[in-house]
Amino acid sequence: MTDINNIKEKSLKAREIVISIEHLKKTLGDYDILKDINLKVYRGESLIILGKSGSGKSVTLKCIVGLMMADAGKVNVLGEEVPNLSFNELQDLRKKVGFIFQSGALYDSMSVRENLEFPLVRHEKLTQDEIEKRIRKVLSNVGLEESLDMMPSELSGGMRKRIGLARTLILNPEIMLYDEPTTGLDPATSREISELILKMQDKFKVTSVIVTHDISCAKLTANRIVVLRDGVFAAEGSFDELKKSGDDFVKGFFEDIF
Amino acid sequence: MNSILPIFLTKFLLTVYGLYNFTVRYFREVFKPPYEFKETIKQFFEIGNKSLGLVGVTGFIIGFVLALQAIPMLTKFGALSLIPSMISVSIIREIGPVITGLICAGKIGSGIGAELGSMKVSEQIDAMEVSATNPFKFLVVTRITATTLMIPLLIIYADTIALIGGFMALTILNGQSLQLYFTTVFSALTFADVIPATIKTFFFGFAIGLVGCNQGYNATRGTESVGIAANVSVIYSSLLVIIIDMIAVQLTIILF
Repeated sequence: MTDINNIKEKSLKAREIVISIEHLKKTLGDYDILKDINLKVYRGESLIILGKSGSGKSVTLKCIVGLMMADAGKVNVLGEEVPNLSFNELQDLRKKVGFIFQSGALYDSMSVRENLEFPLVRHEKLTQDEIEKRIRKVLSNVGLEESLDMMPSELSGGMRKRIGLARTLILNPEIMLYDEPTTGLDPATSREISELILKMQDKFKVTSVIVTHDISCAKLTANRIVVLRDGVFAAEGSFDELKKSGDDFVKGFFEDIF
Repeated sequence: MNSILPIFLTKFLLTVYGLYNFTVRYFREVFKPPYEFKETIKQFFEIGNKSLGLVGVTGFIIGFVLALQAIPMLTKFGALSLIPSMISVSIIREIGPVITGLICAGKIGSGIGAELGSMKVSEQIDAMEVSATNPFKFLVVTRITATTLMIPLLIIYADTIALIGGFMALTILNGQSLQLYFTTVFSALTFADVIPATIKTFFFGFAIGLVGCNQGYNATRGTESVGIAANVSVIYSSLLVIIIDMIAVQLTIILF
């Protein structure tokens, strides 16, 4: 636990803003899912977005990476205004921003090796030996060297998430966006994934934004937590600060914590 | 959605607009490097090789049944010797391309719709997009190119098997000689039969790939939409095969 605290403290030292969101609004159908989102994410920190299912946490992440476009407001990532970017500029930005999907989103017609090669061969001119080295290195980082030639259907839920993480890390992103990384996993595997997120954050010096409603994951990984309610951020603070919050909605997330 | 048009018409027009957009984007991307050669060749195999059995059996039965139906009819008029010519012209000009086109719309169109639809709902297409790759190029351009080039080959293959099927029926029932049969078959055909019939098959292939990719790529969330994408792909691509055939026949009559 001391190691984990050290990593968190180191991450907090730098204060350069890498993601800045101002007055973000997004409507899906007739539902105003994001009403007025304001957020700053600092380089090297690990920010948790807590909120109920359907509250717009994933939509916020998708607006950051340009998978969904905001109806109004500013989304600035690494100095670029996402809604104003051309297709090629957006592609360049996405090379620096990794996105881990809830399901892992592995390409199920490809083996693990092909999944990892997929982004690499399309962005970097490498020899086959260099590709092989990068794949083996990133697999060893997530502890799954033996899965190289397996198909996604042969992997467990936890393994799929680790491979999804490896596929994103292989491009050495500056920012990692995690969409519910521990959902659907047993508590032991959830903890392993949370520790892996923290380890990767320390090793690769990435900034992490983690969307979750798993409070154990938040406790392990968070430098800072924001709570999303009714389309706005209703509370912000460290884990310990929010745990003592007088707000019933915020307290609700911390009730089951040991 | 508020619209002054009936819902079915609005949906139809939106689908047409979607297909138009996909066509424009396809032609914009297909000649632009980098090219996905490996995936295109894989799709050639998936679409071509894996359909050989179904298309071959269907082609054989069509030729065989056509001859079986024609023998008693034409025997009455003493025109048995015309059967190979009748089979060749009807198979090459119309029955071979249309029946094989419809079978491919069912097998290949639904396969593409379901595959891309399932990739969409499991966020695999989004994952490609956020890894700064171009899923349209990797998934759509490769599949449409493969169907456009492979379906004409499948149709030529089906036509050949159908002609063999016709020969089998004639040789079993009437002791037709192989040499005489194929001499009559080829002498009955002109360029005006073969060329337009072959050209239209490229359009069949393009339409089948286009509809399947469009439906799958634009599937909404949920497993139900995968089934809908597959189902609608078959309906629209079958309809397009028939419509393209009708236009092609009209143009052939005018031009040849």
